[in-house]
Amino acid sequence: MNVAQARLTVAALVEAAEAKEVSLGELALQSQAEFSHTTQDAVVEGMIARLNVMRAAIERGLEGNQHSMSGMVGGDAAKVMARAPRSVTGGRIQTAVARALAVSEVNACMGCIVAAPTAGASGVLPAVVVTAGEAAGSSDRDMALALLAAGALGAVIARTASVSGAEGGCQAEVGSAAAMAAAAAVELAGGTPRQAAHAAAIVLKSALGLVCDPVAGLVEVPCVKRNGMYAASALVAADVAMAGVESVIPIDEVIETMGQIGRSMPEALRETAQGGLAVTPTGQRFACKMHGSADRWQLD
Amino acid sequence: MEPMDLFDVIGPVMVGPSSSHTAGAIRLGRLARAAAGFTPVRAVIKLHGSFGDTGRGHGTDRGLVAGLLGWATDDPRLTEVSGYAREAGLSVEFQRADLGRVHPNTARFILEGANGETCELQGSSVGGGAVVLTELDGWPVELQGLYDTLLVSHRDRPGALAGITGRLASFGLNIATMRVARQARGGQAMATVELDHAPADKVRRELEVLSEVLWTRRIDKL
Repeated sequence: MNVAQARLTVAALVEAAEAKEVSLGELALQSQAEFSHTTQDAVVEGMIARLNVMRAAIERGLEGNQHSMSGMVGGDAAKVMARAPRSVTGGRIQTAVARALAVSEVNACMGCIVAAPTAGASGVLPAVVVTAGEAAGSSDRDMALALLAAGALGAVIARTASVSGAEGGCQAEVGSAAAMAAAAAVELAGGTPRQAAHAAAIVLKSALGLVCDPVAGLVEVPCVKRNGMYAASALVAADVAMAGVESVIPIDEVIETMGQIGRSMPEALRETAQGGLAVTPTGQRFACKMHGSADRWQLD
Repeated sequence: MEPMDLFDVIGPVMVGPSSSHTAGAIRLGRLARAAAGFTPVRAVIKLHGSFGDTGRGHGTDRGLVAGLLGWATDDPRLTEVSGYAREAGLSVEFQRADLGRVHPNTARFILEGANGETCELQGSSVGGGAVVLTELDGWPVELQGLYDTLLVSHRDRPGALAGITGRLASFGLNIATMRVARQARGGQAMATVELDHAPADKVRRELEVLSEVLWTRRIDKL
């Protein structure tokens, strides 16, 4: 079993993991080491380095003192974190939302992030892995394996459908990130590969049809808050799947469907800022303010 | 289909906000600088389509300048790049432009070096940070930065390519892909040679000794 192979399904990954009696993350680790002609330790080390970039972005975002150039984004992560102890949904969910907002705010403010699978959806996976890892008392290695499990899911999605908003709408970006994160959360919570697949299917189904309609064409509104909402959904989906709930439609068929919906989406709703929230009166006011009129400029 | 690296799915590490408009812009600027073959001191950059419409908000302008300075996509100094450009003696003007039927994320570079060198290049950011440089001083090229690449300008004569590939072979360099274009039969020609390993500086010197070779440029893998 090789995650790098051309025609790959989640079902095949799950079967291979079950046959070897390993987790999805362990399976992905073996495959990645083989693919890159390196040791498993080197792969784990590389993933821990990415995990540390994610953690730094969470911390930076939670400082709450930066704003994007448009002024639309900044400071919300810190607000949500401050309220987490009194939250209606429970501190853990609210903490995860705050972390996802934090990374997405850092991204919008030109800070350093890990595209997972894209920059626009980069908040979901760090929030879920750090929060679920904290809950389970996971080691850095465990979290690196969870990222690899997420990566394997993402590889199948990129192959079968798309992870690009311009191609498949937001479902392809934040939906894919949520599916990957749900699988990672199950891995960290000690669930089975089969449960990871169901968790991914359950959350991806809830993102089907989601359009990419960025105000002023920027990765800010509604992108940042969607990262927060789907981080919460991914964690909830992991719990639902580990309770024994199964997705009636198998994950591979959900992924195929996501790709088909993306292909039939009008171009106005695929990252062109020509439809959806981008063309609301408020959205257009921001667009005018941002892109004003200058036809020539130099950096300030 | 190319195999898939999980570090490309959980990655790259980059400065936000957009893989195509920020990370892609940095990579495109790097390719342009390398393909021009000199350090630019003045640049006019024309921005087409989405690059022109949303480039300022995405930091596409900053990214392109960072690329011209040779920076990486995860360089945390990106927001302050204008100061570094000034320090390096590089002045850049951006212009919105309609470059015709090209990819929506396209930039055209008009570069000048300190010794009067000039180079005009065009390229696009095609998604997820992937880029392609499509034109170099009127030559159609297809540079993606996926390989260590040599551009070899030469005369269109029998044996010219044999001479070039022979020299590469003598250094043990394997050619992954190779494309050749020419202005006219017997005129100037351009070979784009993608290699499996980075060529040492002496490889270029040895190629430039060949009578049919006019000049060479090295474009490192991004």
